[in-house]
Formats: sequence, C-alpha cells, structure tokens
Amino acid sequence: MSRQSPTPKWRELAIGMAITEPGSSRYNRTGDWRSNRPVWKFEACVRCGMCSIFCPEGCIGMQKDGLPLANMEYCKGCGICEAECWTGCIAMEEEKE
Amino acid sequence: MVELRFHGRGGQGAVTSAELLALTAIDQGKYAQAFPSFGPERRGAPVVAFARIDDKPIRMRVAVREPNYVIVLDPSILKIVNTSDGMPAQGSVQVLNTSRTAAELRKDFGLKGKLVTVNANRIAAEEIGRVITNTTMLGALVRATGLVDVDGMIVQLKERFGRIAEGNIKAFRRAYEECVIEG
Amino acid sequence: MAQRKGMEVSIAIAEAASACDVDCIAAYPITPQTHVVEHLAEIVAEGELDAEFIPVESEHAALSACIGCAAAGARTFTATSSQGLALMHEVLFIASALRMPMVMVVANRALSGPINIWNDHSDVMTERDVGWLQVFAENGQEAVDLVILAHKISEDHRVLLPIMVHFDGFIVSHMIEPLSLPDRDEVKKFLPNFVPAMRLDIDNPISMGPVGMPTVYTEAKMVAEAAVRGSYGPIVETFKGFGDMFGRHYRPVETYRSEDAEIMMVTMGSISETAMTWVDAQRERGEKVGLVRFRLWRPLPIEDFKNAVRGAKALTVIDRHFSPGGPGGPVSAEIKQVLYGTADAPQIVEFVAGLGGRDINMEDFDQMYGKTKAVLAGAPVPPFELIQVRGGHHGEI
Repeated sequence: MSRQSPTPKWRELAIGMAITEPGSSRYNRTGDWRSNRPVWKFEACVRCGMCSIFCPEGCIGMQKDGLPLANMEYCKGCGICEAECWTGCIAMEEEKE
Repeated sequence: MVELRFHGRGGQGAVTSAELLALTAIDQGKYAQAFPSFGPERRGAPVVAFARIDDKPIRMRVAVREPNYVIVLDPSILKIVNTSDGMPAQGSVQVLNTSRTAAELRKDFGLKGKLVTVNANRIAAEEIGRVITNTTMLGALVRATGLVDVDGMIVQLKERFGRIAEGNIKAFRRAYEECVIEG
Repeated sequence: MAQRKGMEVSIAIAEAASACDVDCIAAYPITPQTHVVEHLAEIVAEGELDAEFIPVESEHAALSACIGCAAAGARTFTATSSQGLALMHEVLFIASALRMPMVMVVANRALSGPINIWNDHSDVMTERDVGWLQVFAENGQEAVDLVILAHKISEDHRVLLPIMVHFDGFIVSHMIEPLSLPDRDEVKKFLPNFVPAMRLDIDNPISMGPVGMPTVYTEAKMVAEAAVRGSYGPIVETFKGFGDMFGRHYRPVETYRSEDAEIMMVTMGSISETAMTWVDAQRERGEKVGLVRFRLWRPLPIEDFKNAVRGAKALTVIDRHFSPGGPGGPVSAEIKQVLYGTADAPQIVEFVAGLGGRDINMEDFDQMYGKTKAVLAGAPVPPFELIQVRGGHHGEI
C-alpha cells in the first residue's frame, strides 16, 4: 500500500478516517525533533536492556551481541534512557549543526 | 370514544386498573390507551390514571380532561379531590368504592349523574386478603358500563396475577354482582 | 406472523431491539427511557437474546462503549433521554465521525433546569449538529418499526452512520396501546446479519480515530456532509422495502389532509396525532387546513418539504424547544432557511408550545390557527410566540 497524500481530497479519505496500513507511523521521522542525542560508552554497558524497555519511542533495539542500538531516525532525544541507565553508560550530548 | 379517569392513592393500583381495561379492550379488537399521570409517585398520595377506548385508532396525546367515566378506588379521595372535575353534564358515570349509599354521597359531595357504589374495601379484604381495590373496582366498572367482556377481563387478570389471580377474579366477580347502580 | 396486542411502548421497543438480534447493548437508565433498558436487561438475563449487556456508569460511558462494540463489528443498541443525551454530547460527534453504525432510541424529555422529567424536544434539538441520522416516531407502532428500519439504514454500506430514533417521553413511552410486533423470523428476512465495512481485527490491524490536522479536518467535515445528506436515497429505499414487506409506509416528510390546504400546521413527534384529530374537526367545519411534519430530521428532506407545502398560503410552525434570545424555534428557523427566496413561499407564523410536559390541547391549536388566519387577513407577521405562558409573551418584556 502506498503512503497516503498528506493533503487528500475528501473522497480519498478512508471510512471514518481509519488508518488501514499497519505501522504507517514509521513514515513520521520524528528524530528530526531532537536537540540532544544519547551516546553510549559500551565499555560500561552490562547489556541489561533497561534503555530499550524504557524508551517511549521504542527505537532502541538489542543487537545479537546484547548491546543496545538506537534508531536515530525516530529518537526524539528525551533522555529517559540516560535517566534509567543504572550503570551510567549513556550521556546526552547536544546535537551539532 | 370514551374517556376514563381513575382516582386512587399511590400503591392501590389505579394504573393497573387502567391498563387491564385497555388491554382487554385491545384484545377484543378495539383501540385503547392507558397511561398514568406522569411524575414522581409516592405511596399514599392521591394519583390519577387515564384510559381511552374507541372503535377507530385514537389520535390524542394529551391527558383526559373530560372523562365520561370516573372510577374512585379509595373512599377517602372524595374529601380531598373533586372527582367530578370536567365530567359532562349528560351521561357521566362515577364508580365509587364506598360503604355508603349513592344518596348520601350526592348529599355530602354534590355528585351528579349515574353513580355506581360498591364496598370494594370489604370485598378485597375478604377475597384477596389485602385492601387493594383495583381489580375489585373493575368488576363494578364492567357491570355499569359494559365497556369490555367479563371473560376477556378474566383472561387479563389470569395473565397479570398468575398464582394470585384466583382471589382477584373472585373479587372482580363479586363486585360485578354486588355493585349498586343508581341514577 | 405478527400479532396485534396491547403493550407498553417502552416494552415494545425493547422487544423490537431484541427481534433485531442486537449483539451489544450499553445503556444507562434515565426517566422516561428506563423501561426500555430494564426490559432489555431482563431479556438478556433470561437468555432470550444472546447479547452482551454492558451496565455502564454513565451515558458518556454508554456511548463510548457502544463505539467500541460497533468498532468490533457488533450490532449495537442504546437508549437515553434528556440529561443523558446531553452527557453523551461530545461522544456523539465521535460516533458519527468514526462512521459507527448503531441505533439509539431517545425518549424525548426536557432539559433541566428547572429539573423536569417530562416531554419536549429540548434534548433532541440541541443535538442537531452531531452528524447522526435522526428520525421521529409519533406512536408506539412507528417507534417499533423505526427501530428495525434504523438498524438496516445504519448498517447500509452506503450509509454507515449512527441513527437516533426519537419518541416522546411518557405520552408515548409509557402508553399502553395496540401495536403489531414483527416476530424474529420476519425481522431476520428484512434485516440480515450485520456485515461491518471495517472493524477492529488483530489479524488485519487498522487504527481508528486519528488526529485530523487543519490540513484534513475540512475534508473530514465534507465527508460528514456527503454521508449524512447522501443517506437520503438509501433511507427512502429502505422505507419502501419495509412498506412492501410489512405494509406500513414511511416517508421523509409526512402529510395529513394537506391537499388544497391554505394553512398547514407543522409539528414534530406525537403532538402530530393530536393535531390530526384537530385537523379532522376543522375540515368538518370546512376549514382548508392540513398537517405536515418531518419524519426525517437529519438529513433534512428539503425538496420533499418544499413539495409538501407548495400551494399553502401560511404555515403554523409549532416548536417544542427554543433558543432564549434567538430568532425562534429550531424547526421554524430551518424551514425559513429552506424557503427563503422561494417564489410564492408561504407566510410562516411561529409558536413554541408543549414545553416540559405541558399538553397541547385543541384550544391551543385553535389559538395558533386563529393567529395564522389573522396574518393571512393582513395582520403583521408576529415574532415567535411562546403560547400557553401565563402573563403573555409579547408586550411583557
């Protein structure tokens, strides 16, 4: 299914404006909003996965080696991962221009 | 079209009287309405209910103001309510639960027209075991007006009251026999 | 076969919903709708109807639950009145915007204050703009028939809108009267199983109710306009199908003895019945008077109405609600809007009557008719008048 135009004509709207394509929120690259980014010091990481669980965006996945990886296209830079990381291996750094 | 008003006290079954009459009339192929005077109901307070019966569809969505027939379920109502209100000068009938005679009631309350008296309190106490006079008074009403068949009413009484129908039917039949029609 | 019998209209409405084999009922009891909900709860508890009865904590919750039921693909029914409908207000818009088929019966009752449990149309008339279809029943038989019709219309894939069936509180809802209750098999033939156009389904996920940004909200409202107005055709078709099958015929605009009428009364709801009796009496006296009323209130059947009143010299419009400080009652306001600029439009004389349970009797019709005749005889058209008010409306303010 192709992505719906952001300015559809009224006849093009789905019944009740329902969104019929699962996962279509991925089209919204919300990482654009970010002013701070999380940076991991992996040498201190114990691979507990707390950052992944608490990320409200669900953009932190755990890799095969057990280390977390954030998808920066969706990370809004909220800092919750930094606050929840009990080993202190995540630091929020300002986005550069 | 005939219009009826039932006077009683909350809990005595004035509404049930009106309903049973209308249901019997409808079962016999007529058109009828029955409805309470709408509002908060308090046990013991004076209440009224209404009914209409006709051979053709009834198109009236207002309370009955000029009843041809008035049924008074409680003897004490006459002292506090003008039960004759709105009744036509000719052809009106009042069916009254009382231990007194029609002549006495005419003298004390200025009642006019045909009066039908029956001691429904006593009949209900003896046959039903409680002074609930709605079904008893229907006996006098049916006798005095012939609005519906006796058998049709008994069918309704059986349906409504189930295992306690027998006493109500006896009370209904006794009032039918014992009521005094005057005027 | 349906059997003619006497019964209380509220009970008959509950039986009609049951005959429609509804799947879900979420409703909160409120006078004078209570007997409908009580009886449905009983029918479900007795196992006579295989449905989910959700005893909610408020009308707001009732309608919210109904949206959930309809979204899951259930045939959905609810009932309310007055303050209950007002409490549903914000949810009403959502049910229609989400295109949720459902039927709600409304036992019309005045809104507080002062607290009043009796009949008028202030509850329905303040919910004109919510995007629901709305029909009026004048008696018990019509209420029963319209419940069945409403399910069929609402679920039609060309319609997919919630629908309100209005019937007057007490004077209809609590009336014992003769009616014919179609049995389950007959209804099933007319109203097959509900086939949702879309529904919540974990194997085929969709999202309902997303935000509508300024870039799309106008388009969404255009959809609402097209959907409600566009339901007219399917509604007329469904009325006809029902008439063919059950022998009782409904039209978007109903008339009574309106042929050659110079003055036509415009009424809504059950006062139309009393008005018919009044019209009969006037016709016997040689008065050229008739009656017209909206069966269908949304969508407003504009062309049918224009055709119905063509030739009339004056309309006596009786509203049962008004907007204080406004131009008049809602029905007359809409009629004026519809007829404005029409060649040979009739004079419109507006009245408000029957508020909060006050009966509209023969002498009230006489009074309104007399004032309308005076206008035809050359008197100036008066502003809308609250008749029946002690102290008088005009000249006192």
